[in-house]
Amino acid sequence: MSVFLTLAFSGVALGSIYFLAASGLSLIYGLMDILNFAHGLFMTIGAYVAWDVATHLPASWGAPVLFIIAMVASVLGGSLAAGLTEVFIIRPLYGRPISQILVTIGLDLAVVGLLLGGFGSNSLSIPVPLWLIEASHLGHVSLPNSDFVALIAGLVVLVVLEWFLRRSRYGIIIRAGVENRDMVSALGINVGRAFTLVFVIGGAMAGLAGLLYAVVFSGDLIAPTQGDSLLIFAFIVVVIGGLGSIRGSAVAALIVGLVQDYTNYYLGSHSGMAEIGNLSVVLLLAIVLEWRPRGLFQGTL
Amino acid sequence: MSVSRRGVVVAVAAFLIFLLVPFIGVHVPWILPSTVNIINSTGTLEVLALCFIFAGVALGYDVIFGFTGLLSLGPVMYFATGVYVFDITLTHWNWPLVPALLCTFGISLVLAIVFGAIALRVSGIAFTMVTLAFAQAFYYLIEDNPHGLTGGDTGLALVSSRLPGFMSGAVSNTRNLYWIAFGFLVVSYAIVWMVTESATGHVFVAIRENERRLEVLGIRPFGFKLGAYVLSSLVASGGGVAYILLIGTAVPSAVASTTVTLSILIMVVLGGAGTRWGAVTGAMIYVYLEQYLLKVSAEPSFANLPSFLRVPLSQPQFLLGAIFVLFVLFVPGGIAGMVGRFRVRREGRNRG
Repeated sequence: MSVFLTLAFSGVALGSIYFLAASGLSLIYGLMDILNFAHGLFMTIGAYVAWDVATHLPASWGAPVLFIIAMVASVLGGSLAAGLTEVFIIRPLYGRPISQILVTIGLDLAVVGLLLGGFGSNSLSIPVPLWLIEASHLGHVSLPNSDFVALIAGLVVLVVLEWFLRRSRYGIIIRAGVENRDMVSALGINVGRAFTLVFVIGGAMAGLAGLLYAVVFSGDLIAPTQGDSLLIFAFIVVVIGGLGSIRGSAVAALIVGLVQDYTNYYLGSHSGMAEIGNLSVVLLLAIVLEWRPRGLFQGTL
Repeated sequence: MSVSRRGVVVAVAAFLIFLLVPFIGVHVPWILPSTVNIINSTGTLEVLALCFIFAGVALGYDVIFGFTGLLSLGPVMYFATGVYVFDITLTHWNWPLVPALLCTFGISLVLAIVFGAIALRVSGIAFTMVTLAFAQAFYYLIEDNPHGLTGGDTGLALVSSRLPGFMSGAVSNTRNLYWIAFGFLVVSYAIVWMVTESATGHVFVAIRENERRLEVLGIRPFGFKLGAYVLSSLVASGGGVAYILLIGTAVPSAVASTTVTLSILIMVVLGGAGTRWGAVTGAMIYVYLEQYLLKVSAEPSFANLPSFLRVPLSQPQFLLGAIFVLFVLFVPGGIAGMVGRFRVRREGRNRG
């Protein structure tokens, strides 16, 4: 039973990270019809910026402080990369959705190639506070502390994002744009600014997701291709949740995280089934699409 | 699309030249992708054969992406099916060539129909994501090495005594494998040409241009979309067979990963999606450039370059990705589009 609970907890933590990655993708798709392949790149950049900052600041500041700075750095790195991408690469291609998808693919390949050239394909290690590697005990159940961080980050982002989209002026413009972009521009509102904004927000969440994934599930290691492998699951979450729906992404992220975690533990130990967790997620996608081709929550932001 | 006389002349000339390359022992400095500067050296023939294989696969992919307008991210799945089923039936089960080929294409056909039918239940971006997810699942399956069949990460070398002698991977056979790869390209081209010029091909293009209108005309697009998907999948499998014969080893990261799909997509877009010769040219240039850059970055003088030049130049992935971004931004229609615009301008000048 205690294993079951620990798994539930880490599944939710994984789901939180998927949510961070997928909600941005979903917003970008909802508003701009772009399938953003560079989202994995934003995750990778977030993780590398965090690594760069954390390893170059004096260690005497203490690991907890450095880690908090690294988290902030990953958010800034991801949002900056995303903002620049939108302004310089996506903007010239407004009105050509396929070209926009293609250009994000090219960008992803090019920059990942550059990172591979600069840092090599070997993993780099991010310094983290000791507390993060340890586990807390609740009765018989042992819960890794890093899972708490992912969970809290996911919850905070969900609450802030919901608040932003429902209460703030720009959030309302974004929601209106997802609903009917042409009508929003017809009302004289600058949708272009909203486009840049969703990229910046999506990039910020992606950057954080990249760092947290490394810390929670990858033994504090980062590699140039990590973001791209995460991206596939973020895509799956977005499709299951319904393209353009934030709540859908949140629910789908939890389901995918839990399914992946449980199948990995209970079935993955059999020989030739090491990838069963990943396979079961794809199976889940196929089932959901057969049952509801537009995802679980499409149409409700 | 009518066939121009100039097009026929260029096609026949290219066919004859590439057919005869293995007999041309001319010394050419600098531009060859092999360290031996002779056109018919083993290294160069191998690279050219690889160019043909991906040109064929890209052409098949152009049917679904360029002609029918469906952004599938699953072609690698069928390429990998070609590679692995052929490899497994020969290496593990020691089947003769013909049954192995039949089995490979049979499995590919079934997979393409089943997965195509599922993926085509959704349209637009969701279709793209579903094909991507299936291809990724397929990759995981191969990595898992079920029953020791695929060899997992270490790969599976093609070893078979049943393979006809002239096809085996010996260096002296490179010339034969070159012709096999070229034959694959020619056959793929002929098939794709016939299909895209037929009435069915016109329906493909109509789906790309305006699917709703087609439905109004009383034509149900599903069957045609599935047909385009299956055709491009079978061509990809044929490419897989030629690949494993040429390269001799199947490694998941090289034949089954998403990177392969993205490269195929880039080849088609670079050359010009929706044109046959564009897809072929794009693929030939892409593969040639990739192999050439690998050779250049391995040269000793390369290590003396300052790191801000050496690091980016040593990564074909970076250079090709960057070229691709520039093409998408500044050269719509790829190489075919560029040539088309050039031709229009010149004809305008002649007339004017």
